[in-house]
Amino acid sequence: MYASRMERLTDIAINATLWTFRIAVVIVVVVGSLLTLATGKFSPATWLQLALDGATLGSIYALIALGYTMVYGILRMINFAHGEIFMSGAFGGYFAAVALAGTGVLNANPLGTLFSIILMIIVAVIIAVTLSVLVERIAYRPLRNAPRLVPLISAIGASFFLQYTVRGLVGPGIFAYPAVEVLSQDIGLPFVRVQWVDVLVIVSAVLMMAGLYLFVQRTKLGTAIRAVSEDKATAALMGIDVNRAIVTTFVLGAAMAGAAGVLYGLVFRQVFFFTGFIPGIKAFTAAVLGGIGNIPGAMLGGLFLGEVESIGPTLFLTGLQVPSPNQLKDVVAFTLLVLVLIFRPSGLLGERVTRQRA
Amino acid sequence: MALYLCLVGIVPVFSERPLIDDVVSLGQAFILLTGLLAGYVAATRAPGDPADRSTPITLAAGIIGGTLTGLAVTVLVLIGAVIDLRAIIQPASPALYDVLTLELGVAGAWVPTAVGGALGALAAASLLVPPLVRRSLAIGLGALVLLGLFAGLLRTPMLGSPLSALGRLLFAPEGLTAVGAVLTVVAVTGVDLLLRVLDVRRRIGDLSQSQRRTALPPVLVFALVVILLLPQGLGPFFAQVVALVALYILMGLGLNITLGLAGLLDLGFVAFFAVGAYTVGLLTSTAEFGIAQWPFWAAIPFAVLIAMLFGAFLGLPILGIRGDYLAIATLGFGEIIRILAGSDLLKPILGGPRGIINIPKPIDVPPDHFLAGAQQIYYISLICAGIIAFVALRLRDSRLGRAWVAIREDEDVAEAMGVNLVHTKLLAYMLGAAFAGLGGAIFAALIGSIFASSIQLFVSINVVALIIVGGMGSIPGVVLGAVFLIGLPELFREFSEYRFLFYGIALILMMRLRPEGLLPSRIVRREMHLPDNVEPHGAPVGSQVAAEAQERA
Repeated sequence: MYASRMERLTDIAINATLWTFRIAVVIVVVVGSLLTLATGKFSPATWLQLALDGATLGSIYALIALGYTMVYGILRMINFAHGEIFMSGAFGGYFAAVALAGTGVLNANPLGTLFSIILMIIVAVIIAVTLSVLVERIAYRPLRNAPRLVPLISAIGASFFLQYTVRGLVGPGIFAYPAVEVLSQDIGLPFVRVQWVDVLVIVSAVLMMAGLYLFVQRTKLGTAIRAVSEDKATAALMGIDVNRAIVTTFVLGAAMAGAAGVLYGLVFRQVFFFTGFIPGIKAFTAAVLGGIGNIPGAMLGGLFLGEVESIGPTLFLTGLQVPSPNQLKDVVAFTLLVLVLIFRPSGLLGERVTRQRA
Repeated sequence: MALYLCLVGIVPVFSERPLIDDVVSLGQAFILLTGLLAGYVAATRAPGDPADRSTPITLAAGIIGGTLTGLAVTVLVLIGAVIDLRAIIQPASPALYDVLTLELGVAGAWVPTAVGGALGALAAASLLVPPLVRRSLAIGLGALVLLGLFAGLLRTPMLGSPLSALGRLLFAPEGLTAVGAVLTVVAVTGVDLLLRVLDVRRRIGDLSQSQRRTALPPVLVFALVVILLLPQGLGPFFAQVVALVALYILMGLGLNITLGLAGLLDLGFVAFFAVGAYTVGLLTSTAEFGIAQWPFWAAIPFAVLIAMLFGAFLGLPILGIRGDYLAIATLGFGEIIRILAGSDLLKPILGGPRGIINIPKPIDVPPDHFLAGAQQIYYISLICAGIIAFVALRLRDSRLGRAWVAIREDEDVAEAMGVNLVHTKLLAYMLGAAFAGLGGAIFAALIGSIFASSIQLFVSINVVALIIVGGMGSIPGVVLGAVFLIGLPELFREFSEYRFLFYGIALILMMRLRPEGLLPSRIVRREMHLPDNVEPHGAPVGSQVAAEAQERA
């Protein structure tokens, strides 16, 4: 029969393409790395430095990814506006920082700086949480039982709405975070240049993630969230307030994203209305990488993505004579996303959700 | 309770609106609209049963709603008088306060509250008149806004014609004159009322088949003439805009197969757009990076073919994953292609940010010919769009089309019914890619060059948004969506600043209120062969037609 022959051909083509993908990636990675190492252009210290940068970046991704993963876990929906929540947090932190820099507290002494940063994070978290709850209320909750495409499109709409609301409010310019002197100082380790800002990011990310993990595992509300993730209807029958669990999930995710926004601002020192888009997609990649719906997975995925993005372009592409490989770091990250989606949609730690639970 | 809830939703929208427009009248129109809306919503949600609610309560609710909305603005003005908000909120400038307070300064802070209250009362009062009149009035006001927007465009040709006096009477250089505004509202409301009283729609429906058939050709011919003459005589800028709209119609129809029929949300449309554009650029350009210097027509099939191959190559591995994962994967593809196009890696081939220039126009004519410049692109896009529409229509009713719809409705059931998922999805994806490539190719010819900066995520978002707003799977819906989402922002600069804000609102609202789109595909209507005179207010028309069909059945 014509149809079945066509189908068999398609199957062959699919397998051929998939194998081409696999082989191409392996070739690029292995050959590229070997060639790069063979050139001897980079010292071990350079690699260590890249790894450290990757860890800083990865901690931020991990914080954002938690929001994606928790919301997906509970609603089976990609919260497309999450990147914008992150961005609004970065802006909240920015305005707090400007105010604090104006009063002189920001750079007065290390204690003042620490106090300022905590204050910035609080402001950012408040803004992010408020927006996130509003978005859930207006754009997601009424559509909870609609076909899957509907809330996704609504989420894309929410994402654009937030982006361009911020653009309308503050303007399209790029805003430079005020300099925090202490943070850019070296902590004085041998071989690598570790700035205090790296320490701040990694330590606070670890603290927040540990807090989140304990919250979800140990508290009553955390248990409610896990129960609703498993089965909404049964959870409701057990007397769990499903809406409350869902809103809590959004609040937790937004709080992490808001804090990540401030940390991002402190590391990269700039923020504008489109800031949330690319880190948002990458954090989603991290969430998928770790197995979506899986909280430790998101942390691991974030770190892994940060490292790949930081080390990858230099390691894989320099040896292949690709000019300015760092331009392509987003390509590396997105390729990783596509590869994970194709070959291991369950992620590194997760169960296989794309087919069964999706 | 409900009253407060709706105010919470409306107040932030309100305080954001005035930031939007530098055109005072239009900006104020937005403010007035929010006042009306708040009053209307408050009045409809006032306590008590809508049927026997007393007049004072309705009015009071409207006034409270409108006043509260106005009060928010008053508070904004008062705060703004004390603190300079511009440090955070850039548009909170003295100019904005002038607009809000009618240039009275702080002394005029009461103005928004009072106006809000008055509008709220007005909106509530409109609830008390018969629905027939209310609807006609709303249409009259809509016509006022629409004509006001197009005034500048309509005035120029009218001044040069016998209608000169009328043009002067109705239109100022920008917007309507006061006389024109009153005339418009009265005339449109009157005519609409008349039509509704006479129940013209019902009469058209009651016409016999043969009568309708005789009426159809003149209507079609008239529509065709208008469509054909659209880019002529209104200047090159307008021609450029309509060409772009036609191009987006073409691409919308292409994605409509992928998204509307097969239900695959493809956010990486721009990838294939880029492939088509760069293929044409490489093959036809007479400048640095051109490799063949072919004519446009020889390059087009290659552009489509290569885009299609790309679609197959990218689609094969990812079509096994479903739903929202697919959206993210395609988004990733779009970004990969965009970054690659601008990167140093492909710079020797594609020119990087400098791009490929000197792409010739498809038809070589002197500059003052009626086919010069954007006009020919308009006609080419329209013809291609027509072909795609035909293909899409035929496909929809084919075995393949029904398989697509089955997948859209439920993958698992479709698979159980013997539909090969990957195979079927792949065909939809490849067709979408091919038409995206065609769109990109024509775009390259329209602009005459292709730069990495033309390859942006917003191309994908534009196309997806216009399909969703217009109505998934519906051809008139795509046309309507393209006119509104592409045409308006291109024609009016104030809109284009905020187009994505409107997209965002539109997407959320559509999903909440009318997830099937403004003009959803309706087999019933196509069978009845009604002339396509549907106004943008799709909702009443759609439900009416459906109701009529039921009545007659």
